[in-house]
Amino acid sequence: MVSDELNEMYEEIVMDHYRNPRNTELLSKPDYEVEKNNPFCGDEIKIQISLDQNQKTVVSVTGRGCAISQASGSLMAEKINLLPYKELQSNVDLFRKLIRDEILSEEELDLLGDVSALSGVRKFPVRIKCAMLSWVALEEIIKKNN
Amino acid sequence: MNNFETEKIRKDFPILNRKINGNPLIYLDNAATSQKPISVIESISNYYSEYNSNVHRGVHTLSIEATDAYELARTKIANFINSKPEEIIWTRNTSESLNIVAKGLSKSISEANNIVISKMEHHSNLVPWQQLCIETGAELRYLENDSDGIIDLVHAREIIDKNTSILSITHMSNVLGIINPVNELREISIKFGTKLVIDGAQSVPHFLVDVRALDCDFLCFSAHKMLGPTGIGILYGKKELLEKMDPNYFGGDMISEVTYESATWNDLPYKFEAGTPNIADAIATGVAIDYLTRIGMDNIFRHEQYLTEYTINKFSELSNYKIIGPKIIKNRGGVISFNHKNLHPHDVGEVLDKFGIAIRTGHHCAMPLVRSYDIVAAARASFYLYNTKDEIDFFIESLIEVENYFK
Repeated sequence: MVSDELNEMYEEIVMDHYRNPRNTELLSKPDYEVEKNNPFCGDEIKIQISLDQNQKTVVSVTGRGCAISQASGSLMAEKINLLPYKELQSNVDLFRKLIRDEILSEEELDLLGDVSALSGVRKFPVRIKCAMLSWVALEEIIKKNN
Repeated sequence: MNNFETEKIRKDFPILNRKINGNPLIYLDNAATSQKPISVIESISNYYSEYNSNVHRGVHTLSIEATDAYELARTKIANFINSKPEEIIWTRNTSESLNIVAKGLSKSISEANNIVISKMEHHSNLVPWQQLCIETGAELRYLENDSDGIIDLVHAREIIDKNTSILSITHMSNVLGIINPVNELREISIKFGTKLVIDGAQSVPHFLVDVRALDCDFLCFSAHKMLGPTGIGILYGKKELLEKMDPNYFGGDMISEVTYESATWNDLPYKFEAGTPNIADAIATGVAIDYLTRIGMDNIFRHEQYLTEYTINKFSELSNYKIIGPKIIKNRGGVISFNHKNLHPHDVGEVLDKFGIAIRTGHHCAMPLVRSYDIVAAARASFYLYNTKDEIDFFIESLIEVENYFK
């Protein structure tokens, strides 16, 4: 009874991240921290970031909300953890491109890796905000600390 | 329900023939807005194709016809809630009606006063009072309720006092479905001369509301939740209070005499209706009232109570879904908020939509209330006269499907 479209949104990788979110352990002394919520649906996300001695990102993402918002946070955490801090913005840009249904090159899709499993959300306009929440929060950290 | 002909009623609502994602539409979002019968829809096109014209102005036939129809609709509303036509003001919606009251009473409020509301108010009956208190320095006090939404009347007696200028309360909660004890609250507040404002957005569409029996000073509601069109709401106010209140908007139709230096206001209700009104939708609202009256408000309420009780009982078989609000039928209308213990309401709503079922998910414009249950959002099913027991059965089955889908 459930449509293919729905299965595309609740893709297997997405559901796995929803059920078992990654990088949820809170950091004891984060360098940056931001909490963001989407008041319309009540999704909440908290991101903590510490930079190691090589300026690499150590991230923690926690929150509560719908499957899409929480899976997206977990996928993002897995993606950006241990990435050089200066590469974060390009990942945000890439994710936005994916969600806006722009055409991504093979190389870009490779860069996104598992995160591209969220592309099914594109067919559900009201859920785009859910998928974007953690990325918008990350961007806020980057902008604040520029 | 034996004597309630749901199948016949359903034929009057063209939208109920729609398929959503290949399934028949099951519309359980009536607390947000109701569907419209064909008579209401046709009334709008009939106005525009037969007698479209401005009201209260022309001497020509069309203008007279439009004015008569427009004023007849006002009379229908007045009769429906047992008031007088001059006490009925057309607005855009419940929110605007409440704002007009808040602004209109602002001059009589000072920092010595307090305003009492409940914790389950829709933002539209919370924010205007919050703002009024910020502006005037008056204190905003909240009635307490238990987890089922039952208002604590002992506490109410403590906080309502001689300085309580306004008591504004939702007649029926759009989240919990509970019907509030407005009679008791009137009794408590009357000796202090407190003005009683009732948000009737969820009550007037579903059961008989009699402003004389309630002795309320103001009643605010929207047409679109009671089979009428969007974009039109109603403000009832006691004549002597409306007469004292200043208008919020100035312009055409609301004046009596205008010079280059000053102006005087028109009589009630026109004082509050500046500019060309929403004529077509006012007339259609009258047609919606005709429809409701023909079916009978008592019958409608009984049917909804039957569906609500049936749904509550069915929910007891769903171990992972929990109802937020009273689980008994006493003092309760057909609004059922619920949550799954693990799943977010958005996910529940999204999958239900694939089955053709429309429910509301989110904070229901009552953020503080929803938060007080330590949840971020809730799902809500709400009923009206065209809903059936079969629809509820499919809804309950689908809730199990939703759970399986996310397993």
